[in-house]
Amino acid sequence: MKRLWGVVAWIAGLVFVFPVIWMVLTSFKQEQDAASNPPSWFFTPTLDQYAQVFDRNITPFLLNSLMASVFSTLLVVALATPAAYALSLRPVAKWTDTLFFFISTKMMPAVAALLPLYLLVKHLGMLDNIWTMVVLYTSMNLPLAVWMMRSFLLEVPREVLEAGEVDGAGLLTSIRRIILPIVSPGLAATALICFIFAWNEFFLAVNLTATNAGTAPIFLVGFISSEGLFLARLCAAATLVSLPVLVAGWLAQNKLVRGLSMGAVK
Amino acid sequence: MTTVVARPDERTQPPVRPTRGGAKDRWARRAPLLPALIFALVITQIPFLYTLYLSTLSWNALRPGDKPFVGLDNYVTVLTDTRLRSALVNTVLLTAGAVIFSMILGLLLALLLDRKFLGRSVVRTLLITPFLVMPIAAALLWKHAIFNPAYGLINGIFGGSTDWISSYPKGAVIATLVWQWTPFMMLILLAGLQSQSHEVVEAARVDGANAWQIFRRMTLPHLRQYLELGALLGSIYLVNTFDAIFSITQGGPGTATTNLPYEIYLTTFRKFEYGEASAAGVIVVILTIIVATFALRVISGLFKMEEHR
Repeated sequence: MKRLWGVVAWIAGLVFVFPVIWMVLTSFKQEQDAASNPPSWFFTPTLDQYAQVFDRNITPFLLNSLMASVFSTLLVVALATPAAYALSLRPVAKWTDTLFFFISTKMMPAVAALLPLYLLVKHLGMLDNIWTMVVLYTSMNLPLAVWMMRSFLLEVPREVLEAGEVDGAGLLTSIRRIILPIVSPGLAATALICFIFAWNEFFLAVNLTATNAGTAPIFLVGFISSEGLFLARLCAAATLVSLPVLVAGWLAQNKLVRGLSMGAVK
Repeated sequence: MTTVVARPDERTQPPVRPTRGGAKDRWARRAPLLPALIFALVITQIPFLYTLYLSTLSWNALRPGDKPFVGLDNYVTVLTDTRLRSALVNTVLLTAGAVIFSMILGLLLALLLDRKFLGRSVVRTLLITPFLVMPIAAALLWKHAIFNPAYGLINGIFGGSTDWISSYPKGAVIATLVWQWTPFMMLILLAGLQSQSHEVVEAARVDGANAWQIFRRMTLPHLRQYLELGALLGSIYLVNTFDAIFSITQGGPGTATTNLPYEIYLTTFRKFEYGEASAAGVIVVILTIIVATFALRVISGLFKMEEHR
């Protein structure tokens, strides 16, 4: 009986991951193998599609995504960590109101801000500029990072902090010697999750960037109406752009649920 | 609302030393918060105020000349327009469909993963993978590699020549979203299951309760808050679904899958009705606030629960 449930779970896992496996398999096919009916399971693998994708210049799109995700993540962590500190270990007076203000900005649908953002950014001459995306992704991830970091900071035992203070540790010492060692796994998980959301963001990118600052998801837009003529090439591109997030997500998987629920579920 | 929100701090409120420093101490506490707070205020509130202002103008970007103030006319246009109403209905159907199905599947998978078996962590990794695929890549994968009538996987394996996307546009979009969001629900519900006390369950079993009774009477009530949290967070994310609509159906056929984000996108960048798009945006914000109020209540309820554990 026990073994049966394990088998069922394995089957469920394989069914769920199957489209991803199919995507990766197809990316190593020639187009005629990819578009065959019935589906071809045995084929001579080729890297042609990846070569094609690089020929069509995916590199700048990947670099733009890398820049937007990395810089916005650094900025988010730099802004959110002190803020989370001021909302947990040494709280300001109205810390609950502030926390809920942050989360309410996360709930605002991006579509309501699209037009004003577009007009403001256009007015500033910042359309199709990767730094615009850095700023917007920072604001998109800030509430999540504040809530998440706060939940990690609350795990720092108060007694240890107070003992440090009694021993004459200054603020910087207690941050470096007590707080950071405890929260650094949480900090890494927060950064990974912010990176994931920034890397995958599509709505703002498709409306505010074009040829200069286009991010990885924008590269895929060209495949929307291809009617599958380039199925293998699409799969190669999709595999390539998904890879960084797959790695980041697998690394952060133990803290994933905490980040997605803004620290509400441990 | 305020009482619900305020309750957790009675317990978490740290033993703050009496405010010795007065104003100086208060500012020292505020200082680390200010950069993030100011950043969030500027980037999120200015566009919103600007939307409010734009929503009172009669402004089509294709029409040169002035943009007269028309008060609430845009709201009247938008609210009486059947397009927005059908977009609202589609949004509710797509969101509810995706949330409900991913919740049911997520619950079943979480129950499976809550058992011990060989390779459990590998299976968990497999199961979260769909959530990590870039959403637009996932949407295109389903559109071309799975739903395609000529060489998609479904017809390829089961035969037939159904054009899944034009026959079942909503179903096709929902299936893609469910595939991506089931892992999210599973993770939240799994965390809920694992926080259940094993001794109590064991005691019930010793007292002769069968598996279904334990699930029905103990596990499900315990999971309630996690189910609520998953549903609300899922709704908040899924209400904004744009990638899947934009790439799988372009809102069609007709307006069968045009949801609010896609409709506002069309009004803005295809019809260039800036005033109307802004009014629709404001309406969406108001609707979101209503949903979010419930969401915040659930989240603070969950915090309360964590404190008491």
